[in-house]
Amino acid sequence: MSELTRLTAAELAQKIHSREVSAVEAAQAHLDRIAAVDERVHAFLHVGAEAALASAALVDESLDADTPPASPLAGVPLALKDVLTTTDMPTTVGSRILEGWRPPYDATVTAKLRAAGVTILGKTNMDEFAMGSSTEYSAYGPTHNPWNLDRIPGGSGGGSAAALAAFEAPLAIGTDTGGSIRQPAAMTGTVGVKPTYGGVSRYGLVACASSLDQAGPCARTVLDAALLHEVIAGHDPLDSTSIDAPVPAVVEAARRGAEGDLHGLRVGVVRELTGEGYQAGVQENFDAALRELEKLGAEVVEVSAPHFQYGLAAYYLILPSEVSSNLARFDAMRYGLRVDKGASAEEVMAATREAGFGPEVKRRIILGTYALSSGYYDAYYGQAQKVRTLISRDFAAAFEQADVLVSPTAPTTAFPIGDKVDDPLAMYLNDLATIPTNLAGTTAMSVPSGVAAEDGLPTGLQVMAPALGEAVMYRVGAAYEAARDAADGSPFATRIPEVKR
Amino acid sequence: MSPESSSAGGAITRDEVAHLARLSRLAVTDAELDVFAGQLDVILGAVARVGEVAAEDIPPTSHAVPLENVFRPDELRPGLTQEQALSGAPAAEDGRFRVPQILGEEQ
Repeated sequence: MSELTRLTAAELAQKIHSREVSAVEAAQAHLDRIAAVDERVHAFLHVGAEAALASAALVDESLDADTPPASPLAGVPLALKDVLTTTDMPTTVGSRILEGWRPPYDATVTAKLRAAGVTILGKTNMDEFAMGSSTEYSAYGPTHNPWNLDRIPGGSGGGSAAALAAFEAPLAIGTDTGGSIRQPAAMTGTVGVKPTYGGVSRYGLVACASSLDQAGPCARTVLDAALLHEVIAGHDPLDSTSIDAPVPAVVEAARRGAEGDLHGLRVGVVRELTGEGYQAGVQENFDAALRELEKLGAEVVEVSAPHFQYGLAAYYLILPSEVSSNLARFDAMRYGLRVDKGASAEEVMAATREAGFGPEVKRRIILGTYALSSGYYDAYYGQAQKVRTLISRDFAAAFEQADVLVSPTAPTTAFPIGDKVDDPLAMYLNDLATIPTNLAGTTAMSVPSGVAAEDGLPTGLQVMAPALGEAVMYRVGAAYEAARDAADGSPFATRIPEVKR
Repeated sequence: MSPESSSAGGAITRDEVAHLARLSRLAVTDAELDVFAGQLDVILGAVARVGEVAAEDIPPTSHAVPLENVFRPDELRPGLTQEQALSGAPAAEDGRFRVPQILGEEQ
């Protein structure tokens, strides 16, 4: 494995911008790595080698002409989740219904990455339409966890997280509707951030549940995630829910956090998100992380969020309701698959959707149609929206008592592929701790918190902050990361095993 | 569909799932119906927990971030060309989407 693939994005950018390494060399090293391991990991659905090298060559040309780099990440390779549109690569969303689809426009996130000179290596695997927690619901086969190829990498953004853990890319983009960035980060020992709702444009993000979807940065270190966060965030007139406010200064916050002083900060442990139901090693690592945070000077307090226990139920009514409406656009008429079975448009539509959607997507469409039916609306969708209000109020009350809240990111480490694929409710339980943040539109991140003693698999510490409170969250995440690395004697990424043959 | 049509034992029946699939334009198979009906019954049993929360006077939240209508100046901006808009179409003719018959014989 080339040493270039072991570097952080910040280190690699420094070498590229100082002309020690060319952007083309950096791209090629990662493309070689993909060629060597991705047959086993299956993080990518599409690799755009030619376009990646051409983009990198432009960065080199520009640097040769003594033009300052377009961004702090110019020339650094990245893996893009296949839910964001790209004009030069297919966008399938892990679904047969969009197999081979070439979007006529770039997502705003894609456009921002291109403008920043970031080298887009390819598109990563995901649960179909971002519905799932294991990447097993991809129509193109599961992604394997680089820590143990028989295990799931989390989902829906398992491809992006696995690409990082397999050293196929130092940066990736994910999207998080109920935990699809943070839970895969925890499963693969990487860092993942769900920004404040509206912090990153949803233009060109193929919708799952519009009131919950949010794209965000994935990386192997907190600083790298911060650098990427500043590249993709910001107001976008093309997304009417985009927040028209300055992007929080997360890079500065991550650098400050790494200095390791959290005096004056209060960290709230959410009582309802610990204890029972968490795997022993997950809980042990969480307790150890709390001790580290205290050593850094933070005051650890316990807070209660009594309605979080209803978050999962509210989410699995609100999300399917939005899904059933959003996915009505796949009608076999304007783009995507058409199965010419039947004489009428309606028959063609039903046959196409039957052939093009997988089981989890169908389940959620049917569930959402049910929850929105007259006679059930008030008891299900309407009531879930009220619970959503109460969860937001729980957050508001908790943030009166603490600057950030913490919990384990996921209740268990990565489970074996195939374990929960036929038990939807068991699969949903993976997102217990991540869902409240999406319902409230606040921000949260997952930082590796070690490996579980019983199975040697990584665990994650979730740090949650108020809307637009990313700076304090990155500061705490970076401080914890630095303390953890100092205790271990090396960065966490060095503990990731080589992908098995 | 009304609340009375659900069976006494479970939250949802196989017939209801078939009806919902038709409404959703999903030509599901009998085998799928067998599996989905059981799974959806379990899921609905779990999500029905939202009913335990006393929330009568609580306003619903449809969006986490307060939204207001966003206006922009009424000026021409570049959009997709006709060719781009049709580039992913399963069938196109004369610069338009070509679709199967929309109305049935009797209509």
